[in-house]
Amino acid sequence: MQSFLLLGDEAIAQAALDAGMSGMYAYPGTPSTEIMEFIQSSAQAAEGNVHREWSSNEKTAMEAALGMSYAGKRAMVAMKHVGLNVAADAFINSSVTGVNGGLVVVAADDPSMHSSQNEQDSRFYGKFAMVPQFEPRNQQEAYDMIFDAFELSEKYHLPVLFRITTRLAHSRAAVKRRKPVRQNDQSLPSNPRQFVLLPAIARKQYKALTALFETMPSEPLISRWNRLSRGGDRSLGILTCGIAYNYLLENLGDNADRYTVLSVAAYPLDRGLVSELVSNCEKVLVLEEGYPFIEEQLRGLLDRDVRVLGRLDGTVPRDGELNPSIVAAALGMKTAMGKEVPMLVKQRPPSFCKGCGHADLFSALSEVMKEIGPGRVFSDIGCYTLGALPPYNMVNSCVDMGASVTMAVGAADAGLFPAVAVIGDSTFTHSGMTGLLDAVIKDSPVTLLISDNSTTGMTGGQKSQATDRIESICLGLGVSREHLRVIVPLKKNHEENMNVIREELAHHGISVILARRECIQTATKNKKAEAAIKTNNRE
Amino acid sequence: MKCDIILAGVGGQGILSIAATIGLAAVEKNLFLKQSEVHGMSQRGGDVQSHFRLSDREIHSDLIPYGKADLIISVEPMEVLRYLPWLSPEGGLVTNSVPYVNIPDYPDKDEILKEVRKVHNSFIIDADSIAKELGSSRSGNMVILGAASSYIALPFESLENAVRKLFGRKGEEVVELNLKALRAGRDAAPR
Repeated sequence: MQSFLLLGDEAIAQAALDAGMSGMYAYPGTPSTEIMEFIQSSAQAAEGNVHREWSSNEKTAMEAALGMSYAGKRAMVAMKHVGLNVAADAFINSSVTGVNGGLVVVAADDPSMHSSQNEQDSRFYGKFAMVPQFEPRNQQEAYDMIFDAFELSEKYHLPVLFRITTRLAHSRAAVKRRKPVRQNDQSLPSNPRQFVLLPAIARKQYKALTALFETMPSEPLISRWNRLSRGGDRSLGILTCGIAYNYLLENLGDNADRYTVLSVAAYPLDRGLVSELVSNCEKVLVLEEGYPFIEEQLRGLLDRDVRVLGRLDGTVPRDGELNPSIVAAALGMKTAMGKEVPMLVKQRPPSFCKGCGHADLFSALSEVMKEIGPGRVFSDIGCYTLGALPPYNMVNSCVDMGASVTMAVGAADAGLFPAVAVIGDSTFTHSGMTGLLDAVIKDSPVTLLISDNSTTGMTGGQKSQATDRIESICLGLGVSREHLRVIVPLKKNHEENMNVIREELAHHGISVILARRECIQTATKNKKAEAAIKTNNRE
Repeated sequence: MKCDIILAGVGGQGILSIAATIGLAAVEKNLFLKQSEVHGMSQRGGDVQSHFRLSDREIHSDLIPYGKADLIISVEPMEVLRYLPWLSPEGGLVTNSVPYVNIPDYPDKDEILKEVRKVHNSFIIDADSIAKELGSSRSGNMVILGAASSYIALPFESLENAVRKLFGRKGEEVVELNLKALRAGRDAAPR
């Protein structure tokens, strides 16, 4: 079969289509976004009438996918690691309900926080929920494992967690495809009470889940991905998880068989394999991308049965993603650095695009806030968080999706007046609306600025669920018409916009200022597309 | 044969189309390749890089180890310096001479070029001017790729074919402009 040059994300998406998936659910988030984008642009998905609309947030995505699974079809849901926090309620309970059609949950972790606010390791969620997990070593495995993940999910009626990290998600390599499988027919769960988690039912199903999870390590669809290779040198054994194996091979080169290596790519891990590794060497080096997940289990509470090297003893840095040079150092191999970066090289942080509406909003806001005082602007997750950087220095918080609204409410409860929240349109419909309801009910003295660029900008311009709906949402939640103001963030409106902000900051109750101007990136893209259509029409 | 390349630039400057061109050329020659990209926050005017690995043997790591890159290709002169720790002592670099200034403390251009010239095997090219002369100011990245082509272990014809494939959708005119840019870059570089 022909091979294709695919990002890890794209390999997962293509595999899901080839494995007969009927519905893809997601909210954009780096490094997971390209999974849905690939499916949205796929002719195969269109032909198969595969569901491929963005969801409002990761929780609604997870629940909709569970609903599709209930109806007997294969579904996939994809999110960045912190998205799994949002989906966690549904995710954890989905292991107790179990599934009907195969359900694969992709969590894309971002160690080193390239585009994230933490580097949490989703494998803990898999263990927490007691579901099988896959962690592919490369793009081809990412493709192949998706088939096993769906099969496993349907075999045991369990959701499966599919964990990747930034490097695999955003790295391209050749992938060989398989013959596509037909989608499932619609079918109801054989037990009509399977999804009814009333305590009496949940207790029974939870007990069954714990027993089932114990048997998982020996399940062939899991164990076939974990490989032990014996080496002659007993001084060191090595356990790798996922892509860490590649960095090991990169360093060992032609001496790949020197050490005994246990290369793990699926969980839960078979104790027998670990014990075989341990008995073949004096000490074990654990290389894993993310938290010391396996390392902690290997050490145990007493940390005295096995001599373990890894992130917890400093052999590998405690945080950040791995790379071949870190692994070389952990192996005690010499690394040759090139020249040092010359002193004159400056940091180049990301910044607002030229002509960005967020920037014009922050210009007006920062000038008004100078009159009031520092420390009052709560913000959120999106391009506008860049308002924290010079010259604006305007953002005092960026925590999680929607937290701008509710943190401003809490600070107002403590007496901070005025309290300001700045949120984007897509983040507002993701998780800001419920916070606004709290504010409306208490009539909190909060000014909420919704910077509406009519897209999900930071992740590259995906459709925003908020487009054309924000006014009606705010009014529906109970914001008064009088204190729902709409401005256009442009330089020529600067004075006028400052006045609107001033007026609403002075109001001792909830007010919303909707600053609306299309994202400059999507506006350019749309103009080009329109021009192309016009040219085509002329021809 | 192996050829490890770091592509450098600023988010939005189009290093990914350089990567895509080399990628298509490598596929045509049936070589193994891995190409790690930066998506997300840094694409908004921050520093971005792509690790590009070509080989006739299986490639394991998506990332190039420090001190092992054969080549750095940069569309911006300060950005090329950021990746010197990856460059092997025998490696070379090709960079645009035109700064992309979007930070208040951008260093003096001459000081930057002085640092670039300290690298034994370096070539600086004013890709923006060359592209402008060709009437296609947006093809600077293809000029730079052309200038770097002799360092890349791929036949020049394969790169040309890749340009045809990559820009084919945009029409013959765009293909021709990019091919011109690629060739102009090659002709400007020392052999």
